[in-house]
Amino acid sequence: MSLEPTAEFEVRSSLDHCVKCTVCESACPVAGVTELFPGPKTVGPQAERFRAGAHSPDLSVDLCSGCGVCSRVCPHGVRIAEINSRARAELKREHGVPLRDQILARPGLMGRAARPLAPVFNWALGNSTVRWLGEHTLGVHHLAPVPRVAARPFSSWARRHRPLRSDRHVIYFHGCSTEHFEPALGKQVVRILEHNGFSVLIPKQDCCGLPLQSNGLFEPSRRYLTRLGRQLSVVDGEGLPVIASSTSCGLMLKREGLEILGLRDRRLVGVSERTYDIFEFLAELREREELVTDFRQLRLTVAYHAPCQQQNQLIGKPALDLLAEVPGLRLVEMEQLCCGIAGTYGIKREKYDIAMEVGKPLFADIADCAPDLVACDSETCRWQIAKATGLPVVHPLEVLYRAYGGI
Amino acid sequence: MSARFEGIGLVSHDVVVVGGGLSGLVAAIRLAQAGRDVAVFATGHGGLPLAPAVIDVLGYGEGRVTAPGRELPRFLAARPDHPLARIDPGALAAACAWFLELAAPLGYQGTVERNLFLPTAVGALRPTAMVPETMAAGDLAQGGSVLIVGIHGYRDFYPQLLAANLAAAPSPFGSRIDARGVEVVLPGNAGSLRPQLLARRLEQPQVRADLASSIRSELAHEERVGLPAVLGLEHAREVWSDLQDAVGRPLFEIPTVPPSVPGVRLQALLTRSLRRLGGRLVTGAAVVGGEGVGGRLASVRVASSAREVEVRADHFVLATGGVATGGIVVERGGGAREVVLGLPTTAVGLQRDPSSGYFSPRAGDRLGLAVDRLLRPVDRQGQPVYANLHAAGAILEGAVPWREKSGNGISLATGYAAATAILGGSQ
Repeated sequence: MSLEPTAEFEVRSSLDHCVKCTVCESACPVAGVTELFPGPKTVGPQAERFRAGAHSPDLSVDLCSGCGVCSRVCPHGVRIAEINSRARAELKREHGVPLRDQILARPGLMGRAARPLAPVFNWALGNSTVRWLGEHTLGVHHLAPVPRVAARPFSSWARRHRPLRSDRHVIYFHGCSTEHFEPALGKQVVRILEHNGFSVLIPKQDCCGLPLQSNGLFEPSRRYLTRLGRQLSVVDGEGLPVIASSTSCGLMLKREGLEILGLRDRRLVGVSERTYDIFEFLAELREREELVTDFRQLRLTVAYHAPCQQQNQLIGKPALDLLAEVPGLRLVEMEQLCCGIAGTYGIKREKYDIAMEVGKPLFADIADCAPDLVACDSETCRWQIAKATGLPVVHPLEVLYRAYGGI
Repeated sequence: MSARFEGIGLVSHDVVVVGGGLSGLVAAIRLAQAGRDVAVFATGHGGLPLAPAVIDVLGYGEGRVTAPGRELPRFLAARPDHPLARIDPGALAAACAWFLELAAPLGYQGTVERNLFLPTAVGALRPTAMVPETMAAGDLAQGGSVLIVGIHGYRDFYPQLLAANLAAAPSPFGSRIDARGVEVVLPGNAGSLRPQLLARRLEQPQVRADLASSIRSELAHEERVGLPAVLGLEHAREVWSDLQDAVGRPLFEIPTVPPSVPGVRLQALLTRSLRRLGGRLVTGAAVVGGEGVGGRLASVRVASSAREVEVRADHFVLATGGVATGGIVVERGGGAREVVLGLPTTAVGLQRDPSSGYFSPRAGDRLGLAVDRLLRPVDRQGQPVYANLHAAGAILEGAVPWREKSGNGISLATGYAAATAILGGSQ
């Protein structure tokens, strides 16, 4: 018998460190815009005391967007967002999960199902009647940002791609969004890593289970993530770094799966310890003076927003340091914390207004900056910002790719 | 078998600051102003969003202090281990002048020459040296007649209690305070209001116009009007001056119980200043240890989400706070431990004296790190533990900030002085 405390125990018992100081309340993006959400302290460490073996005292924890700002700012190490995430899952278990959330939580399935009909699907998403119906039947807000399905998935390019011959290898974890919605990003990641001398291994892979987790569907989420751990371990060379370009999915691999879902799978733990955010990895190359820096001049103003899940990795903002080396580039760091979307949160009819209100200061700052491009590491945040500002929004890696001359 | 890429988990900066409270941010900003590449690592937010955002320097020495600048030399002469006694005598004034310039967007004003006496959330008078413009009219050193206005639905502010206590409070110069408390209703307000929501709402001109007209209808002979410190978040000065014009009397904010909107404003100003100077702030990342090489601290270990990262720097500032914020942990049996690097702390003997009152002096009050004139933590022999490690803020030994009302003044002056030491002594 193991005497190691379970993840559930560690998350839950952290509430005993809460001194009710309200730092989390003062930073919570959602509590800052709506009275409907009583704030992270109240729904987290306060309400949790009433949840042991009983029903949740109220439903307001469902309005927590899961951005994780509260856990980051807590000076006492209370895992507030993680407590909330678990409480939400319990709430869903008790009250059921709407069909909409079941669908939104499975982007891989959605992408695969939509691909054969991609042109029709994409047209429909732009059609106001269809969107009106979507809101009234499913509860997906008619103005919410939704991605377009790519005609060809990233994996079909990856299968045909001949890897660079090199004795330095990395594993690429591309995630569902690159696979189904933004395959160009995946190609840029591979080209940049190859330009820096790495042979990129791209094992077949499925969803990390993050949208399932954030929608309270823990059981399927555990299955997805455990499977992903297996998929990313099978290639020759256990011990290779795993590079993630989707920052939220990278964090799921790094920590959330272990902490929130309580997984202890040996292979997953191994992958978790070796997972790098793409810019974290490149910054480390730079630190060793191994980064190729044959950048060409980019006469651009770029507004950079580091999204919540990137910040929750606790690695700072390596994209800022790296892109600072690109000649001619004017990179402006945005100071607001959150764009509001929080994965699938802001897509939902009942949460759309809150999400837009949360994002308002960021959208205003971006407008003030009048950039040529906006850069942001998270896909759903890119879609939200693009929709709200009308500006082109890219992964910061695309800026680097351009600086490399489109290789 | 292919060659493996061994992650080294390494980052480097000119200066690493551990702790994101007032002292850490002050040190970091000043270093960034001098062109240093600075990174701040903080386990979470410091005390700024909780506290009133006024800069106390010395409120109580041998009794209530009206002129800290005049009182300090005598006060510090009796306390050679006090943080303000360690630093250069000119450093406090230099730090205050520097702060007033930095915090100009919030209209900070005041001087160490004279304390203002501002009402607290329960109607005591707080002696403090520098305050945001929005609070300055609350100085009741000379007494006066005030209307204290609460906002219905904002539950952590009790205008009648506040006014009654103010009226009963002995004002420092014996002048009378005449105070009355009322509560007004904001249109459209149902249920409970949190301070930040209220602050944001008051940024809408119509909402503050409504508030102003409610206040006018309550106003009688009072010369001044005090409100809870929720008058705007991003645009506080505009909200405050608009309201003041519309009410037609000097108007001031009264710091509230946490969360503190003025504290959030000051924190936002400081972090923004740091960012705009190219400094880095990593919030949520605990520093869990360090590596010394040849009398110098070579690196610290930072817990990122997946693994520990080694962060190297030429200089380090330790600003993790004292016992209250976890920079120092008191252990069972009375020992104390500095948590990041295991530095020696003041000898203790922390057993509680059951005969003493809540605020009466007790062993352990002044617990902290002993430092030299460059604010470098020293060992039992008085030698610096690391030649390039400086400490600032509440982690320093020798002060009892809650009794002296000296906390933010110490944080500001020592954060500034730690930066000075790193920059080679020039102020």
